Amino acid sequence: MSTDSVAALPGDSVRERIVDDLRSSIGDALLDSLVKPNDDVWVRVRTDAWRQTALALRSLGFDYFCFLSAIDWMPSPFGKGEDDPTAPPPERDDTIKQGYAGGSTRLQVLARLVHPTLHVGVNVKCDVPDDKPVIESWIPVFAGANWHERETHEMFGIGFAGHPDLRNIYLPSDFEGHPLRKDFPLLARIVKPWPGIVDVEPLPGGSDDEEGDAE
Amino acid sequence: MTSTESLIDRRQLSYIAAQAADARLNVELETEGMTLNIGPQHPATHGTLRIIARLDGEQVVWAEPSCGYMHRGYEKLTEVRTYPQVTALVNRIDWLGSFANEVPFILAAEKLMEIEAPPRAQWIRTILFELSRIANVSLFLGDLGVQLGAITPVFMAFRDREYVLNLIEGATGGRFHPNFDRIGGLKDDLPAGFIDETRVVMKKLRNFCDEMENLLFGNEIFQSRTRGIGVIPKDVAMQYGLSGANLRASGVDWDLRRDQSLPMAWNKVDWKVWTHPDGDSFARCWVRLQEVRESTRIVDQLLDNIPSGPVMAKVPRIIKVPEGEAWVSTENPLGEMGYYVVSKGDLGPFRTKIRSASFNNISIVPWVLKGVYVPDIITILASLYFILGDIDR
Repeated sequence: MSTDSVAALPGDSVRERIVDDLRSSIGDALLDSLVKPNDDVWVRVRTDAWRQTALALRSLGFDYFCFLSAIDWMPSPFGKGEDDPTAPPPERDDTIKQGYAGGSTRLQVLARLVHPTLHVGVNVKCDVPDDKPVIESWIPVFAGANWHERETHEMFGIGFAGHPDLRNIYLPSDFEGHPLRKDFPLLARIVKPWPGIVDVEPLPGGSDDEEGDAE
Repeated sequence: MTSTESLIDRRQLSYIAAQAADARLNVELETEGMTLNIGPQHPATHGTLRIIARLDGEQVVWAEPSCGYMHRGYEKLTEVRTYPQVTALVNRIDWLGSFANEVPFILAAEKLMEIEAPPRAQWIRTILFELSRIANVSLFLGDLGVQLGAITPVFMAFRDREYVLNLIEGATGGRFHPNFDRIGGLKDDLPAGFIDETRVVMKKLRNFCDEMENLLFGNEIFQSRTRGIGVIPKDVAMQYGLSGANLRASGVDWDLRRDQSLPMAWNKVDWKVWTHPDGDSFARCWVRLQEVRESTRIVDQLLDNIPSGPVMAKVPRIIKVPEGEAWVSTENPLGEMGYYVVSKGDLGPFRTKIRSASFNNISIVPWVLKGVYVPDIITILASLYFILGDIDR
């Protein structure tokens, strides 16, 4: 456990107790945790215990719902969209490496709950299976998760079992693809190479070869 | 617990209720339910929010905001930008209090880099942050009058907000989009004469608050249209993640400026967090009015003991942020604004989750509008106070 390696500082005991309380509440569904002293808490829970975790944390006093979203850990196949379109695509490292509290899948759901009197938050992560990206909805526990799950659904293509109405919230209903997935290209960078060709008219009489070649 | 769950049941049943309402009206009363479309261009919506309300007579049976008319995909765009470039984007999330949007992102990057801005920069950041709040919320107070049919307050608000915008422009060069915050400090020091000028303006703004209190909050029409309207109980506010004045108006004593330790100067001065027990539209407006006053007090005290020294820490010319994840949120004019930044040790963020206040604040609209009368839709929306850019990002 990564918590052991961190030197004890004032303020840590609060956060470490949170992890211990959560572990005694949901047992081995708590897969990994990270406590950064005086900073934040990260926990990763088993996929089938996603809603159970919300219930457990709420009964521990974490009844402020901050946000729910997801992370796609796959490195973007397009880089930063700064490639020369005429050259062959460069080699890129495509190993998937998860962040704090580990993980084993490409997509992870991330939510944050806050304790209103301790003023300590918990970042809860959960792996989303690659073959069937569906997890339980948090709406029965936190009604405010509704819109966040709709947004996560349209942006990442993650389903939420038990959500009453997973309509798109931002995108048109016939939009194809999930824009915040890394394999969804940022089209503005595809149609016009970055940093963009300066399309000004050449000055009359001047040599017009250099311009447009920004950096 | 039981009350919470019954509320959730109500929320889940909203769609069935909408259908049932139609059926019941047709069968029992032989009248048809009516669908009222508000927006996307209605002046009460601060932008292009559209609200679809199903009515039974004058009462709302079901209401749903339709967002996305201004979705700009900032979370995706941050992935192709470097850290210093991101501030130019996030300026445009809540465009009335732009400087306040930059601060949490810069703080998150600084946290990952384990650097801290010098004290003078922290002070100036806090001053500009509070000036953004004053500019933002004073416009809210004026706008509130317009939405209730009183024109005068908005002229006063625009007049007095101009003084604050001039200050922000004088210090940063931009009235609305300062883009002034840098990793490790600020772009520049304060201009000559800023401190004296700010003191004068703060006095004017306190007068403005008094004027507003007399003109608007003591007004009988205003009171009758806001008191007891759109009540949000504490537990509902918490589970919808309401923040800022909306949360404090429901009786939750919570202000991120006081309740977390950030490298900012709020905890160096004496000020008060205002709450109100009622949770209605009046409470939300009243808390905001008090907060403008409190902000002027914060700025005045900060001006008194502003430390000297550099405004920029030593940072490398090319900023690479070490691998890691960080969450920083601040108490912005609209509520809790936070950034979850995932870094892979690159020039730009790997993923940025932008938690904006208005998105959570508006997600309660379907719940709070249920059962209210049509004219109250406008006051409730006005008192919840959202900026469209802050919903759609």
